[in-house]
Amino acid sequence: MQLVTPAIGLVFWMILTFSMVLVILKKYAWNPILSSIREREKTIEDSLLLAEKTQADMIRFQGENESLLAEARKERDLMLKESREMRDKIIGDAKTIADEEAKKLINRAQDEIEKQKAAAIDELKREVSVFSVQIAEKLMQQHLENNDAQKAIIEKQLSQLN
Amino acid sequence: MPYSTVLFTISSFRKQLGVLFFSAFLSLPSIAGHVDTAISDNHSHHQNEGKKSTKFDAGKMIMDHISDSHDWHLWGEGHGAVSIYLPVILYVKSKGLLVFMSSKFEHGHKSYLGFVLNKENKVVWESSDTIEPIYDISITKNVAAMFVSVLTLLILVIGMASSYKKRAGKAPKGIHNLIEPLILFIRDDVTKPALGQKTDRFMPFLLTIFFFIFVNNLFGLIPIFPGGANVTGNIAIAMVLATLIFLTVNLKAKKQYWKHIFLPDVPIWMYVIIIPIEILGLVLKPFVLMLRLFANITAGHIIILGFFSLIFIFGAMHPGVGYIVSPFVVAFAIFMSLLELLVAFLQAYVFTLLSAIYIGMALEEDHH
Repeated sequence: MQLVTPAIGLVFWMILTFSMVLVILKKYAWNPILSSIREREKTIEDSLLLAEKTQADMIRFQGENESLLAEARKERDLMLKESREMRDKIIGDAKTIADEEAKKLINRAQDEIEKQKAAAIDELKREVSVFSVQIAEKLMQQHLENNDAQKAIIEKQLSQLN
Repeated sequence: MPYSTVLFTISSFRKQLGVLFFSAFLSLPSIAGHVDTAISDNHSHHQNEGKKSTKFDAGKMIMDHISDSHDWHLWGEGHGAVSIYLPVILYVKSKGLLVFMSSKFEHGHKSYLGFVLNKENKVVWESSDTIEPIYDISITKNVAAMFVSVLTLLILVIGMASSYKKRAGKAPKGIHNLIEPLILFIRDDVTKPALGQKTDRFMPFLLTIFFFIFVNNLFGLIPIFPGGANVTGNIAIAMVLATLIFLTVNLKAKKQYWKHIFLPDVPIWMYVIIIPIEILGLVLKPFVLMLRLFANITAGHIIILGFFSLIFIFGAMHPGVGYIVSPFVVAFAIFMSLLELLVAFLQAYVFTLLSAIYIGMALEEDHH
């Protein structure tokens, strides 16, 4: 029976001690410990959230970079294409101009050649007529006193040359 | 609730153990009695002086150890015993407050100021004619042991709290790793499932309950001074703790809780049965809380002391038998001590868990 009979003294000291322990621990231990645990949990959670956000940002930045790069590449291709077209056009233009110029030059040269040819023919004709006259003179000097009729034929033939 | 199933298995297991322990304990005095008579018969033929010292009463020894006393016995028996005398504080209406050392009683051999120590180590009037009540608020062994363990707890936990301020926001280190898992365990696994949003309000109370029981249980397992006292296994301690839970539950209870007791959702005619049961349950819950802690811790002390008594009981038959038995007894006592280490934690955990559940039930709001 003694074992299950609570002693009043022990009850008294227990209430006193326990309430003091409760008050002291609450003020100096549990509240600071729990608040710092909460704080630390918050820090950890915040850090995790931040890390997650950073990762998402990184992925987004990476995507942005890629699209930027693709855009730049497209622009470069466009520029290259444009410049190639420009080059082709310039070369083509230059070719047509050069062709025309060449044709002009050739035409002029042909004209000149024709003119020169005509002049040369004229010159040749005159020279030939002179030579012929001289030859004829020499021939005639030998034969003319013989035949006036022949002299007339030669005259006739010469006029026909003209 | 998954908790309750776990609890029932634990408590039923503990109950069986408790029954086992108690039966062991109850049978001990009778064994001791037989041995005593056998020894006294043997020795009465020889010399009379040796008779007293060879007497060994296991039941008395165990009772002396698990019950409270006015001095703290360290070692030795009879006149060679060494103990620390503790102050006796009495309040008697006619004499006022009396404070003196328990050494004045000389282990119950002498009277002082008209008081004597009786066989149960209680202060009573020398003459049985005086009936004036004695209010004994002495610093007994249990009170002193409680002071020691509580002081240790305060130093440990307050020291931890101050080092938290120094390492704010950083990872736990050193002693934090010892206590913080316990705090987090109590908060996240014991209190939160029962109390939910209101966890933080009851954390200091429940943590104090848990650590008070746990530290006192552990100190009780230390066989030498300043441990070994059966503090949490004392009915007064368990009663105060259970009363605190009872008061907390019933003072903080919401409307829903009282409605559940006095206006349950059953046909009116069943009120006759239900309401008395509910009211009984109101008291029974803390009562069982008290009984569980008291019985488990006391049983643990009894079983270990019972094992050690075996050495002396067999030794009294013949010293050789005592020596042969002692290795087995020590092995069993080590096993039991390890089991009691588990029980020390388990009982603190179960007490806190049930308290949290009871408080949680009382705080439940109407959500039907």
